[in-house]
Amino acid sequence: MAQTVFAPWDDPNEKPLIQFKNVTKRFGEFIAIDDLTQDIYSKEFFALLGPSGCGKTTMMRILAGFETPTEGQILISGQDMSHVPPNKRAVNMMFQSYALFPHLSVWDNIAFGLKREGKDKDTIAARVEEMLRLTRLDRFAKRKPHQISGGQRQRVALARSLAKAPKLLLLDEPLGALDKKLRQDTQFELMDIQEKTGTTFVIVTHDQEEAMTVASRVAVMDEGKIVQVATPDEIYEAPNSIYVADFIGDVNLIEGRAEARMSPATPRDQIEPTTTPDPEGAPPPPAKPDAPQPNAYGEWLQNTLLFPFLGKRAPNPKELPAPSETKPTPALQSPVKTGGIALHWADGHPPIVVANGDPQLAGAAVTLALRPEKLNIAKNKPDTPNALPGTVIDIGYLGNLSTYHVQLDNGPMVKVQVTNVRRIARRDITWEDAVWVSFSETSGVVLKG
Amino acid sequence: MTRFSWFNATALTLGFAFLYLPMIILVVYSFNASQLVTVWAGFSTRWYGEVLRNEEFLNAAWVTLKVAVISSSIATVLGTMAAYVLVRAGRFSGRTLFSGMIYAPLVMPEVITGLSLLLLFIGIGLDRGVLTIVLAHTTFSMCYVSVVVSSRLISFDQSLEEAALDLGCSPFEAFRLVTLPIIAPAVISGWLLAFTLSLDDLVIASFTTGPSATTLPIKIFSAVRLGVSPEINALSTIMIAIVTVGVITASLVTKQAAVRQARDEQLAERPL
Ligand SMILES: Nc1ncnc2c1ncn2[C@@H]1O[C@H](COP(=O)(O)OP(=O)(O)OP(=O)(O)O)[C@@H](O)[C@H]1O
Ligand SMILES: [Mg+2]
Repeated sequence: MAQTVFAPWDDPNEKPLIQFKNVTKRFGEFIAIDDLTQDIYSKEFFALLGPSGCGKTTMMRILAGFETPTEGQILISGQDMSHVPPNKRAVNMMFQSYALFPHLSVWDNIAFGLKREGKDKDTIAARVEEMLRLTRLDRFAKRKPHQISGGQRQRVALARSLAKAPKLLLLDEPLGALDKKLRQDTQFELMDIQEKTGTTFVIVTHDQEEAMTVASRVAVMDEGKIVQVATPDEIYEAPNSIYVADFIGDVNLIEGRAEARMSPATPRDQIEPTTTPDPEGAPPPPAKPDAPQPNAYGEWLQNTLLFPFLGKRAPNPKELPAPSETKPTPALQSPVKTGGIALHWADGHPPIVVANGDPQLAGAAVTLALRPEKLNIAKNKPDTPNALPGTVIDIGYLGNLSTYHVQLDNGPMVKVQVTNVRRIARRDITWEDAVWVSFSETSGVVLKG
Repeated sequence: MTRFSWFNATALTLGFAFLYLPMIILVVYSFNASQLVTVWAGFSTRWYGEVLRNEEFLNAAWVTLKVAVISSSIATVLGTMAAYVLVRAGRFSGRTLFSGMIYAPLVMPEVITGLSLLLLFIGIGLDRGVLTIVLAHTTFSMCYVSVVVSSRLISFDQSLEEAALDLGCSPFEAFRLVTLPIIAPAVISGWLLAFTLSLDDLVIASFTTGPSATTLPIKIFSAVRLGVSPEINALSTIMIAIVTVGVITASLVTKQAAVRQARDEQLAERPL
């Protein structure tokens, strides 16, 4: 791990720039923001994600000063904002509706805030030109907002909010109307601005890829609450609820009942003697006398196929290190990791082995979340602990990827994403084929419920 | 398109004849050379000359113009403010009552408005003259202005004002720099409406005027009681022309500019 990771939220000495303290916002009976408490730190790129109507814009409007919280408090740099009007806050907002001034030219729209600051003419002109260049609007400076395209308008709105170089910038879906190329370029521009000026960004987006690209942290909202706040990779790899797993990216959800797997008795051994405790690893389950027996399939695998490398299975199995970021080599992949849980997901099928599941969940109804790209599809049963039979129902071709929709026997439909290495014509799996969907014992996340 | 039908054509002709025949007769006879109003004696613009040389008429015209300009200007300011507050203030207790009260004078019989103003002026001991007419006209034309302006403000996107505040404007600056330029067509047409209303008002003016200030409608009315003269016809024609121009300008300004502004605004705020 790098030492210079930007993570002020982990530093207890760091003072947050923005503090939401038990903020509730009601519109009549309707609760738009529900007892929300959240810190946002200086220089952060904080992304808000959530379905339409979950309160993202309302949160922004409270920050900008257009709505007063019904209950609770907002602090910016430690200062209570309750009685500070919008024009006295060092905050600029880019409106979801753009709110461009229809009677002013593009140039004057961008210069509007600078003129209010009473800057001299040359400074204003230089700054406006800079913004025009940045957003590639040079050619449209003299036009009125109704004489330019939707994407150009969005860029004017962005330029107008950037022009004053505020300490805190609120962007409400700033790039939605741009084409992919321009959007990516602008994302990098924003990150660049952020790096150069140290501006704090709070950004609403419906584009998860965008949130993943630009954000230091992502907050997933639902009905006025923040469900999870985490770094992009964490939110993708370790969602804390079915809601988040389902909302971020594509996911397969397999429901079932958890059962604790046997407990490791001996300490880590020679297989990977250098390993330090792995953050992702399953906590060693408490030793229980009646713990379930090792997975028979795994034992067979080790004793018959892999003993040249690993030796016969010891009567007391050893705990294996939890998965690392890099894909394990096939030889190391095969020994089934111990610990975790077994998921009984369908009658007549062996349980799914989830080595990183929390054994505390034993007995509970749980859902296994599996990303489509972590699944493999094959015509013959592969040598992995988790292989589920099914039938191909549909194949979606996305250019670089193909998505197979597989109906598991007695189970749910799952999506399997495969990189298209071969030309499409040479694909050997097709509609109605009986296939095996397989995945490693650590590639899923077990979620309650 | 429906096909031409004799019934439609007749109805149309009759309707318009009913509306405009009296005025047409008045206009035609204003160009009559004869001293007698009802006897046609050839075309002449003589009476227009007479009107323009008539000291009394010119005085009355000057008073009327003064009253109309001042009262419509004050009414525009007050009416716009009232409209702004009523549209923007959100819900406050008695809001419906307030907006109802703004519109009530529109349907109030003029006689009653005039009479109550007269009583007020006598009560506070204000000498009746130009000032009292101005006040009276301001009172009743303000309602018209506020109706016109508030219908524009209702469709005005409030986030534009918020954006102005966000960029550092005080609320007043936001109004002056953003709201006012955008609703300007409605304000202008409100002013024109107030102006023409004041120009041709007889009832309220005659209640609230004094001997020192005679407006043109009052002058014409009293002159006609002594008998219609071709001079009056000419004067009335001039007034018809002024009012027509005023009304047409007002409606053009409202329609064209408001339509264009609304479109600008819609396009500006909405992604394609
Ligand atoms: N002024 C208001 N009066 C009443 N309800 C409101 C008002 N403003 C917002 N709401 C409601 O509050 C909820 C949250 O609105 P908000 O605009 O914050 O949603 P959002 O998360 O930004 O959605 P989107 O992604 O569609 O922009 C919505 O259900 C909305 O209907
Ligand atoms: Mg929104």
